[in-house]
Amino acid sequence: MEKILVGLKRVVDYNVRVRVRSDGSGVETEGVKMSINPFDEIALEEALRIKERGEANEVIVVSIGPSEVQQQLRTGLAMGADRAILIESSETVDPLTSARVFLQLVQREEPGIVLLGKQAIDNDNNQTGQMLAAIWGRPQATFASNVKLDGSQATVTREVDAGLETIEIDLPAVITTDLRLNEPRYVKLPDIMKAKKKPLDIIPIAELGVDVARAHTEVSFEPPEQRQKGVMVQDVAELVGALKDKGLL
Amino acid sequence: MSKILIIAEHDGTTLNASTAKCVACAADLPNAEIDLLILTASADAIADQAALLDSVTRVVVTENSANAHSLAAIIAPQIVAHADGYSHVFGPSTTFGKDLMPRIAALLGVNQVSDIMEVLGSHTFKRPIYAGNAIVTVEVPPDLPVVATVRTASYRSVASTNNAPVERLTNNVETPQHTRFVDLKAGSSDRPDLQSASKVVSGGRALGSAEKFEIIFSLADKIGAAVGASRAAVDAGYVANELQVGQTGKIIAPDLYIAIGISGAIQHLTGIKDAGTIVAINKDADAPIFEVADIGLVGDLFAIIPELQAAIEG
Repeated sequence: MEKILVGLKRVVDYNVRVRVRSDGSGVETEGVKMSINPFDEIALEEALRIKERGEANEVIVVSIGPSEVQQQLRTGLAMGADRAILIESSETVDPLTSARVFLQLVQREEPGIVLLGKQAIDNDNNQTGQMLAAIWGRPQATFASNVKLDGSQATVTREVDAGLETIEIDLPAVITTDLRLNEPRYVKLPDIMKAKKKPLDIIPIAELGVDVARAHTEVSFEPPEQRQKGVMVQDVAELVGALKDKGLL
Repeated sequence: MSKILIIAEHDGTTLNASTAKCVACAADLPNAEIDLLILTASADAIADQAALLDSVTRVVVTENSANAHSLAAIIAPQIVAHADGYSHVFGPSTTFGKDLMPRIAALLGVNQVSDIMEVLGSHTFKRPIYAGNAIVTVEVPPDLPVVATVRTASYRSVASTNNAPVERLTNNVETPQHTRFVDLKAGSSDRPDLQSASKVVSGGRALGSAEKFEIIFSLADKIGAAVGASRAAVDAGYVANELQVGQTGKIIAPDLYIAIGISGAIQHLTGIKDAGTIVAINKDADAPIFEVADIGLVGDLFAIIPELQAAIEG
């Protein structure tokens, strides 16, 4: 295939323990480390491997968000993507509108595969890939742990509650990644230098003429109920006693 | 009035326990009238089970050989064809529902409410974000259909004492040929199901190998528990992916959860915070798992587990 489109979302880093602001107006993101959504990194790694096997010619990374998202796109270019597109938006973009943005790009670029993370670890929505497949009228292979390409079709193994499900899909299609699809590569310094010269197009979201979906109103935020620290027992006998007291053994 | 269509999850013969939890969530909506939709190749056994669920007004069945494997791309357009007149379309937040429901939402032109954990009104819900580190209250547009997944760990199944009428519906939706089922490699089924078990024993990286992980299975069998695992244990190949508990694995709420050799990363804790009693066994007294455990025991798991098994027998 000619092209693979990969979505990269900028999110609060995986290792940051986020906190709800004391006034309940949101989650504290000021001064917090931002990174590529880990599932998206896996999507990019998979696209790069497909290209390195000679099964695709170009990997394009796409993000939607404010100007700062260029950092994550540059990281994607340093990992090995050929070019980047930033759909610039100062506002948060809901999943359906994101899917509509991707559909516009799909029509421009005509990729064989759109590879996305199965969910972003900020809003944990798990929607955009399935929505894109729906409005594009194409197959979706979500939660992929293995992808094999064979000409105009792909065989994808999916991590499902019951085990591992394998499906066959015609291309073009949307594939969303699960954790065990691959282990993303580390970026090396020379690659960061090279990435600075790779093309990064910035398109204001309004220019795409996308019908903006009605977003949900986030009324308030609160911290989760905390479990209370319990008791420490000294030995197995005490543990068994405690469980028997609760009627659990 | 809220008129809710719930998409039943099943494996072709048995209704998944997640469906009865979706019904419980839907029943929290004001003036709920709940229809259950089953798309399948052959519905008889599933429809019988569905009709028993309390709070269900009507069971609607659409049989089509193309529906045999519940592929999202094939069943979503049929669900949309049946969704007319419903204010809400709900499915479980299992891999089945996570795969399917956004496809329905997009075809209906709406965003989805993912992982409802509490219903505050017909169009106001609480849901977790940031791996459960924050809970957001969302309001959805009242003039659009509400498509949502239900965080099943937040709900208890409705009882099965009902006798709802079953109706068969046909549709003339042309199902796409571009997505084909190949196979499903399911884990062993002679143990309780992780998602719905009342007791779960989980192991982490500290088990060290697939062979040594056997000790977890052995303890689980002794007390009739399901087996779970941390992401680290699954990544290391000790056990299969479907045993993973946490943000990106299964979110569970057993009465008893025993975490063995699991340090307790936030992504794991989000999968167990609704458990009744959490027991932690770990050699590191500073492991974060002890911050949430109801009962903690510091020590070497390979010494403790055999002792525990002996004590349970005795």
